Amino acid sequence: MTEVVICDDFILLICNLIILKRRDFVKNASLSAFTTLIGAEIIFGSNMLEGYNPLALQEPNPFKMFNKHKDMIVLNDKPWNIEAQAHLLDDKVTPNSCMFIRNNGLLPEDIDAKTWTLTIDGESVVTQKTYTLAQLQSSFKQHTYQLTIECGGNGRSEFNPPAKGNQWTVGAVHCASWTGVRLRDVLEDAGIKSNAVYIGFHAVDKHLSMDPTKEPISRGCPMSKALQDETLLAFKMNGEAIPLIHGYPLRLVAGGWPASISGKWVNRISIRDKVHDGTKMTGDAYKVPCEPVAPGEKVKEDDMCIIESMPVRSLITYPKTGATLKEGKTLNIRGHAWAGELEVAKMEYSIDFGATWKECTIEKPTNRLAWQHFKANVNFPKKGYYEVWAKATDAEGVAQPMLLPGWNPKGYLNNACHRIAIKVN
Amino acid sequence: MSKEEKFRNYTKKVYQFMLLLFSLFVITGGFLVYYSIHPDIFTFDTKPDTIVNTTFEEDFDKIENGIHVKTGLIEAKGLMTVVNNCTNCHSSKIIIQNRMDAERWNGTIKWMQETQNLWDLGKNQDVIVNYLVTNYPIKDTGRRDILSNIDWYELED
Repeated sequence: MTEVVICDDFILLICNLIILKRRDFVKNASLSAFTTLIGAEIIFGSNMLEGYNPLALQEPNPFKMFNKHKDMIVLNDKPWNIEAQAHLLDDKVTPNSCMFIRNNGLLPEDIDAKTWTLTIDGESVVTQKTYTLAQLQSSFKQHTYQLTIECGGNGRSEFNPPAKGNQWTVGAVHCASWTGVRLRDVLEDAGIKSNAVYIGFHAVDKHLSMDPTKEPISRGCPMSKALQDETLLAFKMNGEAIPLIHGYPLRLVAGGWPASISGKWVNRISIRDKVHDGTKMTGDAYKVPCEPVAPGEKVKEDDMCIIESMPVRSLITYPKTGATLKEGKTLNIRGHAWAGELEVAKMEYSIDFGATWKECTIEKPTNRLAWQHFKANVNFPKKGYYEVWAKATDAEGVAQPMLLPGWNPKGYLNNACHRIAIKVN
Repeated sequence: MSKEEKFRNYTKKVYQFMLLLFSLFVITGGFLVYYSIHPDIFTFDTKPDTIVNTTFEEDFDKIENGIHVKTGLIEAKGLMTVVNNCTNCHSSKIIIQNRMDAERWNGTIKWMQETQNLWDLGKNQDVIVNYLVTNYPIKDTGRRDILSNIDWYELED
């Protein structure tokens, strides 16, 4: 409607011009008058569109933005959740390009490492203290560990009935090299009261609803885990500053436990006199039924227990599933195995759906909580379709199940055997 | 020059003037109509046209092959209610990935209202839940699904 009004006004103006200034004016000046007068319209029309970058185009490319491998799978873009595939995790130490991303909130902006501080507070701190990043780096001894960090929901996609949340398949795990100071050293510097039970982290990422009073995630762990040698306040990943998406400039890293404990962009750690009650510590988040339930069964909140150490698991990272090979050829498989707080004691593979198992060679971990590398030479008796199944057994004799483990409402802890498809021609 | 002739001349002039005015109207009108359809006639560099056109066409409501282009959601009854209420805070990708029955979707909505600042959906809640259970039904995968969508390749070494 407004456009019509504008047109009418415009014609009126032209008419007035004609009447007032006679025909020859119109004849000579019409074109330039048109363009001059229409100028405004052009700016609002095509010219503006030309320079205007529609929202669709502004949508960032996660692969470029986070330097991720092109075969990584984007599960969610608000918040960012991206997982690897088994064959992308072939490196002994996972490079950034193949590390999964699990965010609960929106990526923080305008981080300045120079002014970054970490505060230790809480009911059970002796003296509340605040450290700059430089102080942390200079006041405490630095340590480097390779740490297996796996999302509690890795493997969720397989649960039946389906569980709510990001449908991770197998790729929400990595084992990078982390450098930082021991959380224990910093906590002890501030002082830990004897009634300390838990630590809880706080970070600067924003809640999806943009509500500044809400934290996207604020989890933690019991003091015993917080005080382990390998629990770090890390500022380096694989020898370089931690990429923003993985927690720059400071990340809590607790290997072997659900990755959600390894808080990113951490600026405060509270020493609590009770189990931390931050976001995603309560309700059914990162909890499983304390007692086993039937698939689909409803579980009361009080009957849910917080996940601690992750279960034993392994991945065949070479070859990629779907390999075809000539009859008589030996297939060299390799991969990694890990077992939360424990070591992996035995690694096996089967090409007959578990009827028989053969042992793989498995290396000792580089350090506690690092994944272990295995390999095996696999021979196939005749042509046909095969699946190579991998099964790890932890130091306490607990192995990966071939079928899905105990169903739980949120679909955590699926450590069922990984398998790849092979065809022998 | 008789008075009548004078009048006739005068009328002729008025007639010509009116004709001119009328044709100007038609030309201007025609031009403006053309301009409103092709707003880029004064833009002579054609390079960015493709980018502008494709993205501009990819408007909020566009459906392609039964899929809402902007969100990837299936075009069906209730689509826009879902888009308008469920993709403000989070991505549509999290909806598409999930498979739940009505009871669990309602539970999820309740959880979002209690913890994530989701508003009261009123009558729309039924529309949304019906859309979800109809278009994203649960598939029974047993205790372990078969391997599917295998991308076969020749292994070289």
